Amino acid sequence: MAELQLRDIRKSFGTVDVIKGVDLTINSGEFMVFVGPSGCGKSTLLRLIAGLETITGGTLAFDGQIVNNLAPSKRGIAMVFQSYALYPHMTVYDNMAFGMQLAHAGKEQIRERVEKAAELLQISPYLKRLPKQLSGGQRQRVAIGRAIVRDPKVFLFDEPLSNLDAALRVATRLEIAKLHHSMNGATMIYVTHDQVEAMTLADRICVLRDGIIEQVGTPVELYEQPQSIFVAGFIGSPKMNFLTGRFAEPYGAKTIGVRSEHIQIGPGEGAWTGKVIHSENLGSDSYVYADMGADEPVVVREDGTKKHQPGEPISIRPIPGQVHRFDAEGRPLGRQ
Amino acid sequence: MSDIAIPAKANATRRPDESDLVKQRVRAAMWFLLPMLAALAVVAAWPLLRTIWFSMTDASLTHLADARFVWFNNYLHWTVLKSGKVIWSGVLVDPAWWNAVWNTLRFAVLSVAFETVFGVIVALVLNAEFPGRGIVRAAVLIPWAIPTIVSARMWGWMFNDQFGIINDMLMHLGLISTKIAWTASADTAFYAILIVDIWKTTPFMALLILAALQMIPRDIYEAAAIDGVHPVKTFFRVTLPLIRPALMVAVIFRLLDAMRIFDLVYVLTPNSAQTKTMSVISRENLIDFDKFAYGSAESTLLFLIIAVMTILYIWIGQVRFEGGTR
Ligand SMILES: Nc1ncnc2c1ncn2[C@@H]1O[C@H](COP(=O)(O)OP(=O)(O)O)[C@@H](O)[C@H]1O
Ligand SMILES: [Mg+2]
Repeated sequence: MAELQLRDIRKSFGTVDVIKGVDLTINSGEFMVFVGPSGCGKSTLLRLIAGLETITGGTLAFDGQIVNNLAPSKRGIAMVFQSYALYPHMTVYDNMAFGMQLAHAGKEQIRERVEKAAELLQISPYLKRLPKQLSGGQRQRVAIGRAIVRDPKVFLFDEPLSNLDAALRVATRLEIAKLHHSMNGATMIYVTHDQVEAMTLADRICVLRDGIIEQVGTPVELYEQPQSIFVAGFIGSPKMNFLTGRFAEPYGAKTIGVRSEHIQIGPGEGAWTGKVIHSENLGSDSYVYADMGADEPVVVREDGTKKHQPGEPISIRPIPGQVHRFDAEGRPLGRQ
Repeated sequence: MSDIAIPAKANATRRPDESDLVKQRVRAAMWFLLPMLAALAVVAAWPLLRTIWFSMTDASLTHLADARFVWFNNYLHWTVLKSGKVIWSGVLVDPAWWNAVWNTLRFAVLSVAFETVFGVIVALVLNAEFPGRGIVRAAVLIPWAIPTIVSARMWGWMFNDQFGIINDMLMHLGLISTKIAWTASADTAFYAILIVDIWKTTPFMALLILAALQMIPRDIYEAAAIDGVHPVKTFFRVTLPLIRPALMVAVIFRLLDAMRIFDLVYVLTPNSAQTKTMSVISRENLIDFDKFAYGSAESTLLFLIIAVMTILYIWIGQVRFEGGTR
C-alpha cells in the first residue's frame, strides 16, 4: 500500500538519454501498466523504481518520502523478472524463503508465509524441487510466490509472461489479476510490450515512447480518446486503420483513424469502394483486408464467418462518430 | 535438455528398428575417436607401460636393452644377513622418496589452496565493470603466458640474496634486518617455490573462475539485492554454490599439475632437500644417478598417487554434489 510520485525522472547511460523526464503519480493500490514498443525504456523506468539503477535526475517518492538513494531492499518492493531469476541451486521453498531467512525471521513464521503463498499459487507440491525441475509457468509462479512472501507495498513485474506459451500466458495473466484482488491494497506496476496484457490487467495504463510518457489513462480512455496517433495505433488489436489525403479531407483532418470494428460493409452515403485482398476467419468473427487505394489495406471486422473472395469488389463506411481525426502533428481533433 | 534425453532413452531401450541407427552412431563415434586413441596410445600408454616395465627390471642407462626382470625389488626388497638381521631396501622404504612425497603433497595442497582463493578474488574483480577491464584481463594473464623456465630464472634473480630486488625492498621497508638467501636457505626455499607458483598460476585459476562467474545471470544478483541479501552473503550463498562445479574442475586440474611439479624446482632450488618433489627425485635417479629402474619405480608410484587422488577427488565431489541437490 503505497503511493508513488515520479517527478521529472531522468536516466542516462553515459551520453544516451533513455528516460527523458517522466512525471507520474501511481495511486496506492493501483494496477499500473507501462506499455510501449521494445526499447522505449519501460524496463529502465521499472528498475529505477526498484532501485536497481541509479536515478540521473528528478525525484522518486514513496508515500511522499524521497527514496532516490534508498537500497532496493529498503523500499518495500518485490520484483518479478522476465527470466524468473530464481536461485538455481535452491529448492522452491528456499527460493521463496531466502530473503526472510537472511533477515533472521522465525522458522515458523517463514514456513507459514511460504506455505500460504505456495497455496495461493498452487505450487505447494513442488516446494522441494529445484527450479530446473519445473516448467516455465511453474517457475514464474515461484517467482511470483517469492515476491508475495516479501509482503511488499509495491509489486514490480517486468514482462513476466513473455517467456510463456500463449495458453499459459492467458492463464497466468488471470492469476496475476486475481492476485491483485486478493492482495488488497498492494500497488502493482507491470511492464509489457503487449497491449492486450495492458488492456486486460490495468487500472491505468502509461504508454511510453522513447523515454517519455505519451498518455496515461484507463484502458477505456486510451481506447476511446487516444491523445496521439501513436497511442491510437498502439492500443487496440488489430491496429487502427489510418487514412490520409482524399479519405481524411472530408473530415477536415490530416489523418483519420478508424478501428476495424467501427467499419461497416455495404454501400451507402460516403462509402469507400475497393477490392478484397484477403480475409481471415477466426470463427466468431472475421477480418477482411481491403485495398481502398490508400497506402495500406484497410482492415474491417465482420461478425460471423461470411466468406469474401480475393478480388471481390467491396464497399465500406466508417460508423459516424467513430472516426478519430488527427492534425499534421498527430494531435487529436476529436471524433466525428 | 529434453531433446537430448529422448534419443538417449531410445538408445537404452534399443528397439529393433533403431538398432541400425545405433550401430551407425557407434561406428561414427569410433572413427572420430580413433585418431585420438592412436595418439594417446603412442604418447601416453606406451611410455607408461615402458616405465612400469623398467620399474620391475634392473635397467640402467647403459643397460636398457639387456635389463633383467626383478619383480618388485625396486619397490621393496629385503635381504636376510647371516646374522639374521633383515635389511629392507627399495623406494617404499627410502626416506628421500618419502621426503619428496611429503614435499609434493604439501606444495600441491598449499599452492592450490592459495591459488583458488586468490583466483576467486581476481575473478570477482575482473567480473566487475570498470574502464579498461579488457586490458586488465589480458595483463593478468601474463604470468601464465611466460614459460616457467623464464619466470623461474626471473624470480631467481629477484630472490637473489645479494642483488635481488625482494631483499632490497624488504630492507628498505625495514621488515628484515639481514638479507635472506631465499632460494638457498632451508627455511625459505619451499616458500620461494610456493610464491612463484602462486604468482604464475593464479591467473589460470582466475580465468577459469571468471568464465564460470560470467555464466551466472545478472538478474539473480538483482533478485538478491531486492531480497536484501548482504553482498558477502550473496557471495557465499549464491555465487559460490553456482561456480562450485567449475571450481572443482579448476582445482583438480591444478592439483594434478602441482603433483608433478618439476621445472620450477629444478631451476630455482635444484639442490634443496626441502623442495625436492617426486618428479625431481625420480629424474635425479633416472638420469643423474644412473638408477634407471629405481627412477622408473618412483615415476610409477607418482602415477599411481595421482591416479588415486583423481579418483578420490571425483568420487568425493560427486557425493557432495548429490548432497547439495537434496
Ligand atoms: N545498462 C544499460 N546500458 C546502456 N544502455 C541501456 C542499458 N539498459 C538499457 N539501455 C538502453 O535503454 C533503452 C531502453 O531499454 P529498456 O528499458 O530495456 O527498454 P524496454 O524495456 O522498453 O524494451 C534501450 O535502447 C537500451 O539499449
Ligand atoms: Mg524490457
